[in-house]
Amino acid sequence: MEPISCSVLVLGGGPGGYVCAIRAAQLGLDTVLVEAGHLGGTCLNVGCIPSKALIHAAEELHMAHRIAAGSPIGIRVSDPHIDLKMTMAWKDGIVSRLRGGVYGLLRRAGIKVVSGTGILRDGKTCIVESDTGSQEIMAEHVVIATGSEAVPLPGLPFGGPVVSSTEALAFDTVPERLIVIGGGYIGLELGTAWRKLGADVTVVEGADRILPQYDTELTRRVTARLGKLGVQVLLNAKAVGLDRSGPALRIEGDDGREQRLPADRILVTVGRRARLAGFGLEELDLRMNGGAIEIDDQCRTSMRNVWAVGDVTGEPMLEHRAVAQGEMVAEIIAGERRSFDKVVIPAVCFTDPEIVSAGFSPEAARSAGYAIKVGGFPFTANGRAMTLDADDGFVRIVARADNDVVLGMQAVGQSVSELSGGFALALEMGARLEDIAATIHVHPTLSECVREAALVALGHGLHA
Amino acid sequence: MSERVIILPDVGEGIAEAEIAELPVKVGDLVREGDTLLSVMTDKATVEIPSPAEGRVTWIGPAIGEQVAVGSELVKLDVADGAAAKQEASDAPAPKAAPSAIAASGIKQTGAIDRPPVQTTPEASRPREGSRAVPPGPPPAKAADRPLAAPAVRGHARDAGVDLRFVKGSGPAGRILREDVDAFLAAGGRDPALAHGLVRNTTVEEIKIVGLRRRIAERLQETMRRIPHFSYVEEVDVTDLEALRADVNATRKSGRPRLTVLPFLMRAMVMALREHPGLNARYDDGSETLFRYGGVHIGIAVQTPNGLMVPVVQHAEARTIWDCAMELGRLGEAARQGAAKREELTGSTITITSLGALGGLASTPVINAPEVAIVGVNKIAMRPVWRGAAFEPRKIMNLSSSFDHRIVDGWDAAQFIQTLRGLLEAPAKIFMET
Repeated sequence: MEPISCSVLVLGGGPGGYVCAIRAAQLGLDTVLVEAGHLGGTCLNVGCIPSKALIHAAEELHMAHRIAAGSPIGIRVSDPHIDLKMTMAWKDGIVSRLRGGVYGLLRRAGIKVVSGTGILRDGKTCIVESDTGSQEIMAEHVVIATGSEAVPLPGLPFGGPVVSSTEALAFDTVPERLIVIGGGYIGLELGTAWRKLGADVTVVEGADRILPQYDTELTRRVTARLGKLGVQVLLNAKAVGLDRSGPALRIEGDDGREQRLPADRILVTVGRRARLAGFGLEELDLRMNGGAIEIDDQCRTSMRNVWAVGDVTGEPMLEHRAVAQGEMVAEIIAGERRSFDKVVIPAVCFTDPEIVSAGFSPEAARSAGYAIKVGGFPFTANGRAMTLDADDGFVRIVARADNDVVLGMQAVGQSVSELSGGFALALEMGARLEDIAATIHVHPTLSECVREAALVALGHGLHA
Repeated sequence: MSERVIILPDVGEGIAEAEIAELPVKVGDLVREGDTLLSVMTDKATVEIPSPAEGRVTWIGPAIGEQVAVGSELVKLDVADGAAAKQEASDAPAPKAAPSAIAASGIKQTGAIDRPPVQTTPEASRPREGSRAVPPGPPPAKAADRPLAAPAVRGHARDAGVDLRFVKGSGPAGRILREDVDAFLAAGGRDPALAHGLVRNTTVEEIKIVGLRRRIAERLQETMRRIPHFSYVEEVDVTDLEALRADVNATRKSGRPRLTVLPFLMRAMVMALREHPGLNARYDDGSETLFRYGGVHIGIAVQTPNGLMVPVVQHAEARTIWDCAMELGRLGEAARQGAAKREELTGSTITITSLGALGGLASTPVINAPEVAIVGVNKIAMRPVWRGAAFEPRKIMNLSSSFDHRIVDGWDAAQFIQTLRGLLEAPAKIFMET
């Protein structure tokens, strides 16, 4: 095939890659995107989107069961059950609709999408091997956006009953006994969903607590809820290996005692790592930062005109970070002055209840040397939360004691993920507690708790 | 203290040496681990060589632009033995005791610090330190203490080349507003290198050279490769010629074309070439044969919408000046319309190139191979000329001509141009058959 030459070559069609390509095309750069699989990356195909669909379906079924068991609202339901095949089809429908949307966006932007695995020969040339042959692409700028992959456990490779999150989003039947190794957000989100769909779920966590990146004040609610739902959480426990005699996992407690846990499926969610192999990246010999490509505040790698965005650059591996980086890189290539100067990269955990965190927790702010004020407001005092029958949780604001500048905002509760936009905006704008307190928050909504938390921090809470 | 020697690592497959491209450090500089010591350029890429440790630069081997072999010593560092890490730690400010206010309504502050969140704090997105030598002094302020400003204000500052650390904020809690940035700019506080608001345009458009343009490109490249050109520029006083031309044009019979300078030049060339027949020729360098022509077939370089074309006025020696003008007009139009026939575009023995009003002062025309001479016409300008007793305003036109030096000696070329000049300066001679 005729070699293609272009200004920008994006390696990987996930959110970081495709957004970078669209922005580059908008800015008039001749752009080519290479992707071997489906566009949309982990997030759209085997991550955020299908998992949220599954979580929603599980929640609906759970709700139906709860109502069937006797509802104070006065609704009567009997014998709810789920057609999992239909659930999966519904979930897949959402994914393919969004995927189609991405294809359409790229087409409309005039981006050439080359299907196949792109292998870099040097910092300017890429060979794409596909069914139709070998395609050479020469580019002035290469953006590496190859994403991440699930890390397997030593001694417990993926295969058979041992699965990653990808497979756990597409079980064809509800497993009777599901073991989740790893008490991070991915494991807990999926574990909770399958519990609500009827599985017997055990979470095995090596540390002494779940969700280690959030403070215990936030995670306490999740722990309590897991208990109520009947999810067994084993802390300080290490997965040792499969028990060959039957489908079971051998684990070792911190007392050294080994235990055998029967399981139909074992979901390993112990982390994700940058996807580096198979793209010729070794040819480039880029400087690394741990297991990820090292970048600076403009997403430049150690090689000129080679850029990297998203999960391949390491933690935090979040879609919205990749998108912000991809957009920025396109603008820098087009000659604009940009750098990654975000105050916060908010993170959300779609557990039950949800957790949202932007900026410093109280502990983190103190260890950074700040004198702080903290204000919190519980959903038990919020009318809207009561009418949603979801008053478990609270909103918390951390601010500097000397000038009330907000350092961090967190919440735990049902649907609090939707508060994240307001949190991030306040922090990026450099809001003080007074700004939030002086902003009308609509009644009756959960967001009223944000204003109330600011008032509490200022020492004059109205409803506290 | 101990010495660390940094050598040029193997920077890539099959590369034995590299050129020193940048040397951001100098002897005596303190560098941190990871700071760029120097960058080297290979055929493939520019590679930055980072410092493996914190220390002081004591020696730099190569200079910028020098080629160094893989394995050569580049830089020597004085490194404290195991002290580097401790030094950094003692520089960091001790965490202040932070009295916590208010834990409200049923939400107790948890006492235990599990670990600071690493993913979602501003520190996680802290920009990397620039690759510069670190001057001794206080440690940089912590990332969270960076200027308080909304994203739009940060963007505005970056576009304007303003470092917000130097801007005083007038908003609450010292928040920097757009107005503060503008006031800072108005007071002259800006980085002049960045303040013009212009951005780099890095676009490159790829245009395939096809059709006539490709033919022109190939032909000119071949011509310049094969023919050693030399150019000769001479000044011609065309005052009388212009007077004659004006008169003739004013009194011409209806149906006759308006005369430009070119028909006069063509007729003058016909006469000059009688004396210098060696220039009215085509040289076949394949067979090393020169073909001298009796007939004068003058190619005329014409700009067309598709590019340069050279229609040919055949047998100028057998045409009157009116005939030359008419043929010139007809061919020029045909070429511009794309209607010129093949035989009208081939067979010239010498060529004239003229850009008319754009003719400039001098040019270096490219020979229309396989001819051996081309005459370029520059623009006519009124200039003061010393005429024995005084400066007089005279109409002056330069002729810039090129010759195939394999065939034409400088002497002969100069003779030809001088003959041409004599004819053009006394234009009556053009019409005097000898």
